[in-house]
Amino acid sequence: MDFTLTPDQEAFRQRVRSWLQSNIPDDWTKFGLSEVPRPEAYAFLRKWQATLYDAGFIGITWPKEYGGQGLTFVEEMILHQEMALQKAPPMLNVLGVGMAGPTIIAYGTEEQKKRYPAKILSCEEIWCQGYSEPNAGSDLASLQTRAVKDGEHWVISGQKVWTSLAHIADWMMLLARTDPSAPKHKGITYFLLDMRTPGVTVKPLKQMTGDAEFNEIFFDNVRVHERQVLGGVNNGWSVGLTTLMYERLALGFGLQVRLRITMDQLVGMARRMEKNGRSLTKDPVMRQKLAQLWIDTESLKYTGARAVTKLLKGELPGPEASTGKMMWVETHQRLQELAMEIQGPYSQLARGAAAAIDGGVWQYSFLRSRANSIEGGTTEIQKNIIGERVLGLPKG
Amino acid sequence: MDFGFNADQELLRSTARKFFENECTSELVRARMADAAGFTEDFWTKLAEQGWLGLVYPEPYGGAGLGFVDLTVLMEEMGRAVMPGPFFSTVLLGGAALLEAGSDAQRKEWLTKIAEGQARVTLAWTEPSARWDAAGVSTTATASAGGFTLDGTKLFVPDAHVSHALVVVARTREGGNAEEGVSLFLVPTNAKGVSITLLPTMDQTRKLCEVKLDHVTVPTSALVGAKDGGWQPLSRVIRRATVALCAEMCGGAQKVLDMTTEYAKIRIAFGKPIGSYQGVKHKAADMLVDVENAKSLTYYAAWAVDENVPEAALAASMAKAYASDAFRKVAGAGIQLHGGIGFTWEHDLHLYFKRAKSSEFTFGDATYHRERVAQLINL
Repeated sequence: MDFTLTPDQEAFRQRVRSWLQSNIPDDWTKFGLSEVPRPEAYAFLRKWQATLYDAGFIGITWPKEYGGQGLTFVEEMILHQEMALQKAPPMLNVLGVGMAGPTIIAYGTEEQKKRYPAKILSCEEIWCQGYSEPNAGSDLASLQTRAVKDGEHWVISGQKVWTSLAHIADWMMLLARTDPSAPKHKGITYFLLDMRTPGVTVKPLKQMTGDAEFNEIFFDNVRVHERQVLGGVNNGWSVGLTTLMYERLALGFGLQVRLRITMDQLVGMARRMEKNGRSLTKDPVMRQKLAQLWIDTESLKYTGARAVTKLLKGELPGPEASTGKMMWVETHQRLQELAMEIQGPYSQLARGAAAAIDGGVWQYSFLRSRANSIEGGTTEIQKNIIGERVLGLPKG
Repeated sequence: MDFGFNADQELLRSTARKFFENECTSELVRARMADAAGFTEDFWTKLAEQGWLGLVYPEPYGGAGLGFVDLTVLMEEMGRAVMPGPFFSTVLLGGAALLEAGSDAQRKEWLTKIAEGQARVTLAWTEPSARWDAAGVSTTATASAGGFTLDGTKLFVPDAHVSHALVVVARTREGGNAEEGVSLFLVPTNAKGVSITLLPTMDQTRKLCEVKLDHVTVPTSALVGAKDGGWQPLSRVIRRATVALCAEMCGGAQKVLDMTTEYAKIRIAFGKPIGSYQGVKHKAADMLVDVENAKSLTYYAAWAVDENVPEAALAASMAKAYASDAFRKVAGAGIQLHGGIGFTWEHDLHLYFKRAKSSEFTFGDATYHRERVAQLINL
């Protein structure tokens, strides 16, 4: 066990730190602190990610020939830790960087690997994920969107839903059924779909936050060339699961960072707020709640570090890796609830009210956090996965 | 960066697990619960032969000179076996205080004997006030001809009834900063004026005593470390012992999770194994999350105290706050998922449930350590 860094890694940390210090715009937090970018921040975040790419601080573990830096998960972790300390803005192309890119690098043809990953990192092309359907959410493998072969093309019909960023996306990771007669996990294919293809209709879905960050997508005889298949016909389930594995690992780092930044903001707010004439941070019950959140945030970091250690040794991550998503969700929702408790009656005031705390940004992130335990696999599904794949309990 | 155990540590783990599966069976644990001593000389000799009593003591004192992370591995396995006896009190408390603050002569004499299995030394720190701070030390040590006279009552002293000596925490200066008037004394348990009463405990694998010191006279050479300078070394000893306890708790919690998972696979209700029902499966998943997070925080704390990094105190308090809640919750859930059989004396679950409770309140519970965290992060 050793948490010290090699001289090279320490130099990398210093380089990241000084770069972040001189390149993070001062006023970006006016867009709010949510891990999910809000529409008014899109233009700024697109530019921010391009700046990160130019400086070589994105795609750390991706091979150099595909636009990455060819470094290890240690550097990736250092980068994320520094971003947390310096309160860096989030990534806009989060699904591309966290999911599409690594999956294409793992399964793509040489042509695909040359074509897509670099533009994902630079934010030239934004990706969305076409997995969920109106009747296939937690039970994803029962998806109904069909792809029928016609010469060199596949013709796609059906519908996707809850698709984040589809309204600004250039590309979609699309799962469609290519063999209706095969068992449900066996007849699915993973496509790389150009969102501008004729027959693709994107319809924004207004959420309980009032924003429309999710979308419904309709496919009306959309023609996709067969070279857009990733990882082979009818192999989409395995490819898609790989995507989800990367999602949990790569997004895990990012989420821990966002959590830590939000935690710092929360403590700052608690210091400023008063209860019965003294700072809330002097209230013994509030101190208990804040300390527990601090502990849980740190715990996520160390659990992530254990998983990284196994990856570096060429082993598969153990049980600790599977707990990250649900642990993050539980902690983040509790944090957002506490943000409301800290504000007390002020929690009722939203953006636009002059007396709203921090301009009302917390009200949005509080409401948005309700989706955390649903998106990317519900907490109930996560618990099934842990129960069955980690603990070996029988399927229901 | 490496947040894992090395090959030697993994070997120690598998050796220890095998050893305890043979030498610390449920039957033997229950026999020790029922008798006053809580251990046998035969078992103690075997621990010495394994080299575990002196695992972290330097080689000149008969130890193996290994690190604190190595000890963490051993503690996890002891917790898994819910091992009774004075290992913790001797190695992590009394012996550790001598190692931290003792003179070379004290270390040479006592640590060598501890490592050989010839002596047991516990720590007489807490009092009926049940405080963890320096102001809670009200036992007095008054300077007298050629030494000191000790008076006071110590409570929750582990294994004093089977120890050869006590490291007594006593006040040598009144007034001013409470931390600057505390000293440590090495007192033989057979000294005149020392009376030890074994107390009935809910967790029978842990033997706790009341120790009364009534005009106990000791020579100046009984001082462990500097006069009035005992609080800092004591704090370091307690910090390490706290992390070692967390490791023991992780081992116990993991064992409860293992027992519960196995049971959920074979117990049939309504025609199916109960583990196939989400009401059971999800609770088991929650248990796993608790165990894994407790381990992450504990392993980090073990490294932090071993390296004595500035964050060590914070890391130890984070680990103890989390492990205290986690072990209690996991042990309780284990009983619930076993149903009626889990509530019987025959089943081992209650040994872990009770150990979870005694460990929770040793060195401060979750509420105490969360407040410590709040202070250390400058809330």
